[in-house]
Amino acid sequence: MPYQIIVCGGLAPDPLQTLEPVFDPARPSLKNELMLPAVFDPWAAHALYEAGHLARQHPGSVVRVVSLAPKAKLQQVMMTVAQKLPLELVALDGPGGGFTDAAAVAAALADAIAAMPDLDRSRLLLFGGWESATRGAGAVMQRVAERLGITEQFLAVDELSVEADGSLLVKERIEGGRHQISRCSSPPVMLAWATGNLPEPPNHPQTGMANMRVIMPALQKAKPVALEPAAEFLRTALPSVIRQTRVVKDVPAAEIAREIAEWIRQ
Amino acid sequence: MHEELTDQPQAQPLDADIVCTGFGPAVAGFLRTLTQGLQKPEMAGVESKAMPGLPPQIVCYERADDISFGVSGVVTRARAIRNSIPGLDPAEIPLAARVRDEQLIYLLDPWGVTRRPAWMRLADQLCRAFSGVLGVAHEGLALPWVPEFLHKQDGFIFSLGQFNQWVGQQVMMSGLAQIWPATPVASPLIEEDRVAGVRLAADGSEVRAALTVVGDGPVGAVGRQLDGHFGMPAGHRRDEWAVGMKMVIDLPESCTLEEGTVWHTIGFPEPEIFGFLYVHPGRIASAGIFVPSWMDSPVRTSYRYLQHFIQHPYLWRHLKGGRLRSWGAKSLLESGRRGEPFLAGHGYARIGECSGSTNVLTGSGVDEAWLTGTQLAEAVLELLREGKPFTRENLENTYVARRRASWLERESQTAERARNGFQWGLLPGFLGMALAGLTGGRLSLPRPREDRHPKKLADYYAGRLSRSEIERARRRAEAEARPLHDILMDLCGWPPVEYDGQLLVSHQDALLMGGKVQAPADFPDHVVFRSPQLCLQCEAHLCVEICSGEAIRISPENPAGVPAFDREKCVHCGACLWNCPVSNIEFCAAPGGLHSAEN
Repeated sequence: MPYQIIVCGGLAPDPLQTLEPVFDPARPSLKNELMLPAVFDPWAAHALYEAGHLARQHPGSVVRVVSLAPKAKLQQVMMTVAQKLPLELVALDGPGGGFTDAAAVAAALADAIAAMPDLDRSRLLLFGGWESATRGAGAVMQRVAERLGITEQFLAVDELSVEADGSLLVKERIEGGRHQISRCSSPPVMLAWATGNLPEPPNHPQTGMANMRVIMPALQKAKPVALEPAAEFLRTALPSVIRQTRVVKDVPAAEIAREIAEWIRQ
Repeated sequence: MHEELTDQPQAQPLDADIVCTGFGPAVAGFLRTLTQGLQKPEMAGVESKAMPGLPPQIVCYERADDISFGVSGVVTRARAIRNSIPGLDPAEIPLAARVRDEQLIYLLDPWGVTRRPAWMRLADQLCRAFSGVLGVAHEGLALPWVPEFLHKQDGFIFSLGQFNQWVGQQVMMSGLAQIWPATPVASPLIEEDRVAGVRLAADGSEVRAALTVVGDGPVGAVGRQLDGHFGMPAGHRRDEWAVGMKMVIDLPESCTLEEGTVWHTIGFPEPEIFGFLYVHPGRIASAGIFVPSWMDSPVRTSYRYLQHFIQHPYLWRHLKGGRLRSWGAKSLLESGRRGEPFLAGHGYARIGECSGSTNVLTGSGVDEAWLTGTQLAEAVLELLREGKPFTRENLENTYVARRRASWLERESQTAERARNGFQWGLLPGFLGMALAGLTGGRLSLPRPREDRHPKKLADYYAGRLSRSEIERARRRAEAEARPLHDILMDLCGWPPVEYDGQLLVSHQDALLMGGKVQAPADFPDHVVFRSPQLCLQCEAHLCVEICSGEAIRISPENPAGVPAFDREKCVHCGACLWNCPVSNIEFCAAPGGLHSAEN
């Protein structure tokens, strides 16, 4: 059965950057936020790789990415993401980062999905990250699903497989390193992915060039979205960091473990 | 586990009209000028030959993971940039500021450990003896004037990374050009005397285009392969380089330096090493050094020199208590116009640093690179408008002719022989530079027949360290997997670097804190030692000592053998390539490299 897989995913500053919050009377933000290198949110990226894999297993499936982010940054990030797997894009031009309200973001995403003219709910798999690298509210995907009337919701998903009868087998991460396994008879279903278990696909310039023929028009049509802040931020600050780094090579695992244990004892 | 995603489409040739390699200031200038020009009414009838009915298809492939990675703090007169962007307000670009206060500082040797020649030691003594008269303070002398040829008046301080991203966003939002990051170009497609496009490293895709714009910097794979195939114009060579290494520093609250401050320094940490300090908006400074190829030390790890540079009392009073924000290194092509390749041929044109545009006299290159990009864009617009093909003759009559008629050509000629003196020694070097600069290039020193190469260790340290001490240091470096340079500097009396965990951190911590390295798993190593036999015969191992990330090491188990390369530490500076005394290193196209927010 071909699926309509919709992946909700925003942008996050490249996790390798040093981020610094700044606070002005309007709202907090990151210093030079629009000039920081950005990536597709790593949590959503796992969902996207899983979506691409599932789509290839079920011919006729399509992967659509719905993304709320500053348009210029979204275009830049898409130049990399589009090289990884075939996808379509629904772009919403609005504020990104960690200082947006989960309910407002969810409403904008749900409205964009509901407005898709050819949406077939009987084949709809709604994917997203369980949390976000910008702010781990862990609430957006549930709210999107609720607004779309999708009651089958799975959080912290690590694995999805389609059974012979078309039912979906979902592994959700629970406490103690265990999985809760559920069977769901059919779409529509929402899956908020944890880490998944697929690697990041390598870049494939051919895929990218093909994707951009549909992504560029989508970006040009990006609908502006203004998110009203529902929360009042009182202050922002960098977390205090304590780091003792020593880079070693060729040290046996047992020696590293002994050293860590000794450090913990101290 | 799921199976790996391997069913990617087969690589088929892609067709474009213009393909660019590398996204630095030259290609940024090219694409901005080109995309703006294509939007003018007179270009309305121009359509793609690769995809008839559409506008010209313009793609740019950049090796790094984003278009904002560029390791350089830049101070520039920005004549070409301002000409392209009238009314440019630096406040639009993070870390950009107008140059306000520019000084040339002579740094004395505060610890008596540098390799100063006698005349420079005498100069230090005189400075100290007449400190009150001369205004020497904190072991530094602010010279009363900055030579006209060095001056950056009316210019800007930039972060190259931020500037690239700012321009890149404008280019992409035009919808007329695509910039693909994380997509290194492996090689040009050369068909007899014509360049027909490029081959991508990721999957071997051929991208065929009527025009290939090569702007992949001093160590770019495409530019080097073109040089190998077409050769260089008579008398032109690429043999002068430098490693530029830089820290971006959050200044402490106590710092009183104002934004727009520019210091050029000479004299420390070694007399051959130039330094700089620029103050950006927001209490941020760029501090760095240039370690040139004419410094004849066989061990010249730049990082420790950089640490000592920032601790010089003249700088440290402002920097102490600061925090390392970003760090990086790159190779600079110091050959300038002398290293200029054929600028255009059938189907291709060269712009930017790989086209020899760096002004070695003023030590600046970004504005010059930008200018070459805009000149090529104007030429391309002219050829597109007139429906002429991108032949050598047409590109020479449009692009090369514009370049030859511009201030870039005049200043390049002035600077062409400005560095000659350094091949004779330090004093002739400064004299030669001043001579060329002050006479507009009419007078300069001749160049020796033989280029200056690093000495052997024993010769370099003669009179300071005995052969047995050097040998013991070498064994210690191998046993402790430390750079030999570090140990030799200790033995010569350089004070140990007291790490504060904020600004003074180990080289490896600098990689983690400010120069985070991303090494994709699906590419082969890009630093390859061609012949193990040559490495076995090499005593110098300059590749190890110059490596900006300590990514190339001699293994303790195999001290005489082929060095080991760790790409998780490689910052893509390319210094190993030009320092290898036996030309045994292949530096291939690879993605990844340095991740730093504020380069």
